[in-house]
Amino acid sequence: MALDKPYKDVPGTIIFDAEQSRKGYWLNQFCMSLMKAENRTRFKANERAYLDEWAMTEEQKKAVLARDLNWCMRTGGNIYFLAKIGATDGLSFQQMAGSMTGMTEEEYRNMMLKGGRSAEGNRYIGEDGDAQEKNQPQGAGKKG
Amino acid sequence: MARITASVYTSHVPAIGAAMDLGKTHEDYWKPLFAGYDFSKQWMKDNKPDVIFLVYNDHATAFSLDMIPTFAIGTAAEYKPADEGYGARPVPVVKGHPELASHIAQSVIQQDFDLTIVNKMDVDHGLTVPLSLMCGEKDPVKDAWPCPVIPFAVNVVQYPVPSGQRCFNLGQAIRKAIESYDEDINVHIWGTGGMSHQLQGARAGLINREWDNNWLDLMINDPVACANVPHIDYVREAGSEGIELVMWLIARGAMADVNNGKVTGPAPKLTHRFYHVPASNTAVGHAILENA
Repeated sequence: MALDKPYKDVPGTIIFDAEQSRKGYWLNQFCMSLMKAENRTRFKANERAYLDEWAMTEEQKKAVLARDLNWCMRTGGNIYFLAKIGATDGLSFQQMAGSMTGMTEEEYRNMMLKGGRSAEGNRYIGEDGDAQEKNQPQGAGKKG
Repeated sequence: MARITASVYTSHVPAIGAAMDLGKTHEDYWKPLFAGYDFSKQWMKDNKPDVIFLVYNDHATAFSLDMIPTFAIGTAAEYKPADEGYGARPVPVVKGHPELASHIAQSVIQQDFDLTIVNKMDVDHGLTVPLSLMCGEKDPVKDAWPCPVIPFAVNVVQYPVPSGQRCFNLGQAIRKAIESYDEDINVHIWGTGGMSHQLQGARAGLINREWDNNWLDLMINDPVACANVPHIDYVREAGSEGIELVMWLIARGAMADVNNGKVTGPAPKLTHRFYHVPASNTAVGHAILENA
């Protein structure tokens, strides 16, 4: 019998459930290793070699090398784990979150200062809010 | 007999800790946020507890994917502030209360809540930022937190997280446990995390001021109804990380007006309430409730 997953119809959102966690186990455990300063140094010195020490999929490694957090999340990454990569790169949580929207750092910061992203149009897939797939990427990312 | 005199609710955004640690609290961006806690810092001095029972969540710090306890109680003598990737926060070591924590663990497990008992762990911003907000800046060496703290970690990282109803019921069990402790001590219970925020995907940055404030009204005035709010409402309305708010219901369930799942006594006194947007990606909510 299917499990109850009512959160599948929320736009721009991947809920980290048991299924995602199983997919992302080694990706997330690699991220945990970056909590040790010596591992951060080794990772930065040769990212590919460090990633090859982990039983991650090739796609997960590519997603990490590209620093594409949305891609990482699709392959089972969780943001609190992925944040260790951002910390290793010297990024703030706001920079990391903003990077997933296509907005520049300044655009995202300004959105937050103006009260954040509205829930209007962003509750269900198929509405017309700024987080809907058809409206991606947002901000300056759109022009590229 | 030990008793719970008050509950404190606050968001625990890491950037707030960083702002305090780097001396940025007087910058225009942060001033309105910290002003909301001026009252609270004075209140903490005037109403110093003997122990704080602090409900928070670990953010992939002490618990990786190796082990994911739904409810974990700290029974250690002390907890070091964790290195979350930027180096440890320069704040004092958190002293525990092993005797009361062990007592609560035994009582709550006998009330059918399967707690994980933790004798060794570091604590991350989820626990230290609320302490900093309520107690102010503390030197890691010369200063100390005002009292022992019992860390109580809730899994809100991997779904499914415990429901609001289960958290609310657990709060009631924790109060029974505390009230069966013989020593005459004053305990505060804190619920932390939230309010609306989403840290992932195209919907990152979601804030829902209206929903947050309605939820806060409900949590304070009609906690039984608040406990019934399903997970999906938090996700849809308050963002994927807004689900942290279920932890506030543990603290609310431990207040004296709640008995056997119903409100039977006089409402607690709302001593302070504050709401501010933004702190980094997050809406910050804060309240203090005192038992009548």
